[in-house]
Amino acid sequence: MSRQFTPKVVTANALIEGDVIYLTADDRWTRHHHEAELIEDHAHAQLRLLFAERQKSTVVGAYLADARRGRDGPEPVHFRETFRAVGPSNYPHGKQAGLIDVQI
Amino acid sequence: MSVIVTDTGFQPDDWTGGYVSPEDLPPDDAPPSPLAVALPSDAHPEALAGQLDRIAMIRVDFPGPADGRGFTIARRLRLMGFRGRLRAGGHVIADQYAMACRAGFDEVEIPDALAARQPEDQWLFRANWRDHDYQARLRLDPDATTPYTQR
Amino acid sequence: MYRYDDFDAAFIRARNAQFRAQVERRIDGSLTEDEFKPLRLMNGLYLQLHAYMLRVAIPYGTLNGARMRQLAYIAERWDKGYGHFTTRQNIQFNWPKLRDVPDMLDALAEVEMHAIQTSGNTIRNVTADHFAGAAADEIEDPRPVAELLRQWSTDHPEFQFLPRKFKIAVTGSPNDRAVTKAHDIGLRMVRDAAGAPGFEVIVGGGLGRTPMIGKVIRDFLPKADLLPYVEAIVSVYNLLGRRDNKYKARIKITVHEHGAEKIRALVEERFAQLRPQFSGVDQARLAGIEAHFAPPDFVSGPTDAYATERDTNPAFRSWSDTNLAPHRNPDYAIATISLKAHGGTPGDATAEQMRVMADLAERYAHDELRISHEQNVVLPHVHKSDLPAVYAALAKAGLATANIGLISDIIACPGMDYCALATARSIPVAQEIATRFGELRTEHDIGPLKIKISGCINACGHHHVGHIGILGLDRAGVENYQITLGGDGTETAAIGERAGPGFAYDEITPAIERLITGYLDLRSGPEETFIETYRRLGAAPFKAALYPESTRRNAA
Ligand code: SF4
Repeated sequence: MSRQFTPKVVTANALIEGDVIYLTADDRWTRHHHEAELIEDHAHAQLRLLFAERQKSTVVGAYLADARRGRDGPEPVHFRETFRAVGPSNYPHGKQAGLIDVQI
Repeated sequence: MSVIVTDTGFQPDDWTGGYVSPEDLPPDDAPPSPLAVALPSDAHPEALAGQLDRIAMIRVDFPGPADGRGFTIARRLRLMGFRGRLRAGGHVIADQYAMACRAGFDEVEIPDALAARQPEDQWLFRANWRDHDYQARLRLDPDATTPYTQR
Repeated sequence: MYRYDDFDAAFIRARNAQFRAQVERRIDGSLTEDEFKPLRLMNGLYLQLHAYMLRVAIPYGTLNGARMRQLAYIAERWDKGYGHFTTRQNIQFNWPKLRDVPDMLDALAEVEMHAIQTSGNTIRNVTADHFAGAAADEIEDPRPVAELLRQWSTDHPEFQFLPRKFKIAVTGSPNDRAVTKAHDIGLRMVRDAAGAPGFEVIVGGGLGRTPMIGKVIRDFLPKADLLPYVEAIVSVYNLLGRRDNKYKARIKITVHEHGAEKIRALVEERFAQLRPQFSGVDQARLAGIEAHFAPPDFVSGPTDAYATERDTNPAFRSWSDTNLAPHRNPDYAIATISLKAHGGTPGDATAEQMRVMADLAERYAHDELRISHEQNVVLPHVHKSDLPAVYAALAKAGLATANIGLISDIIACPGMDYCALATARSIPVAQEIATRFGELRTEHDIGPLKIKISGCINACGHHHVGHIGILGLDRAGVENYQITLGGDGTETAAIGERAGPGFAYDEITPAIERLITGYLDLRSGPEETFIETYRRLGAAPFKAALYPESTRRNAA
């Protein structure tokens, strides 16, 4: 069992708003990637994913996305997750529009 | 256990006779008894050609709500002349009730757990499946009332 | 334009009420996401990368001023003030909230529009030639038939859960502007020996992972047989199409695996069974629908104002050279409004722009608008004397880009800026290419050229049939763009050929520039278009222009 585990965050979309959200260590959902819980082992990742998937009436399509430790908290690894974290590149319509942290 | 849904709502299943698969149909000269056939969703209804008169009931399986083959199977069976009881059984959701009826089914059989999650009122919501039916409008004389599949 | 009767209106009301209830049941938990998803998709609601997306059908691309204005209202009231016109003659709103969607659908119903079957594994909204009813080369207006198909396919009980999505396109002209050969069913109007109009029926075309040009399974189908024949095709497909692998589920694969002959035989057999079901009521309806599409009362009057403006206003002249097409009435023109401003997002229009287009349609175009699959808006009937006024109003709204059919008139799907399935971005690639050639001011010299960009193998951007196709991929976590050459989406349809290794995001515009420079050197003269040169010389010299290093290496 020497396989290296790539750290993960749990991410999903909010059922009502559709927004990209991330699971925090204290069981909240945040709109900000850097506030997500950075999960560093496989077993814990599965537990957190199950926890997210059970919240059927608040979130849709929960999955584990690769992440890495950054200066202000977890940062996305793949460019798809970067776009999800900031919004589209053709208009400042997404999260880059200075979103307040809404809780669901 | 399962629940039977018709336009009047939920009822217990009154069919106790069991089913045979299309390959296991008794020979033509077997003593007549009420015969019920279970068709899987990948069945070709043509396999029952020539046999339909002696079949009392056909249950078409719906393995999941995204598998719509059963609707075409039902329609074909009706067009082949099947007049017996036609049942959609399995994972059919309330929102598909109108489609099932329009395709030629008489009733839907769902597991108890599904009936608990989608209670009777959600099914009765579509008991008006004869209304707003584009197919009827494209095929029937304006004063005809039977669904297009049963003509 | 078709107007709803009481039946249509009541249907939409009931359907919207059903969806409102479904949304509530999703929120209260009686529907799971797995169950809700196909239902919301049947009503045009996707969950995309950043938000929900509502895809609204613009049946066969036809709108009037009131409908366009309502789209503007919806964009402002529930979205972020703009909409995105797609290659399937739809409009997409990128930011709706789940709870607002039932209200948006009710607002659409007020102007006889809906989002039904713009998504999901069902028969999608039927598309048609965007010049229908106006084109000089037309046999018959295909829209009445498209409307008949809309009514027939709407809520069809057999076909809401097909193996995969199903797209039908109709054209009434020999010049195919509806890409009929790349659809699950393509209907091309032809005449039989006696001169009666009917259809050539093409089945199994499609782009995506396995691009295929459709096969003709009926050379001539009488118009009256259309519904039972199409129903036979879809019914055969519903049982035969593969459900074990979503990439093999489209009818193009069914046709490929079983052969066109076998499919034809099954369809004809099924057709024989279904034909008697249609007693002619459908044809009576069709006749009623045709009356809705009676041509407008064309006015006759001098067109001198047009000629004068052309002589005195070079900007207008350039616009009229590229953005006008011949109308069947010689005093009229078909004017295409480009939604491809250099550096803008292809296919996007703001609410303000939508209102300008609505006003122009009402004032100058017999209240008609069309959406083209090339993501532009068309004023199909403009008297030539009104063109200077139309142009001036468009220019004021930032809608007078003179580039239809040119290198900056790029089709681009939403790609990874919006689409959950994307493997790379496509919008910024289009923006950069258009900006670059706008700066170079060479596009009028380059001439007709179609660049089409998709952000993944699903090919919503039709890259396979672009003269130059660009496909965005994810290569080990980095965006990478593959170029195809020689595609064609018209009556001479062809799938483009892959040019070679892909390019990084910041290499793609220079690569296109090399390709264009190569073409300008290769062409026999300014009148030989890119695709003609490509067909004359083949891929090799174009590849050499694209990959100068490897050519040098080979020569060394
Ligand atoms: S081609 Fe791919 S990325 Fe583009 S819109 Fe279609 S599915 Fe999305």
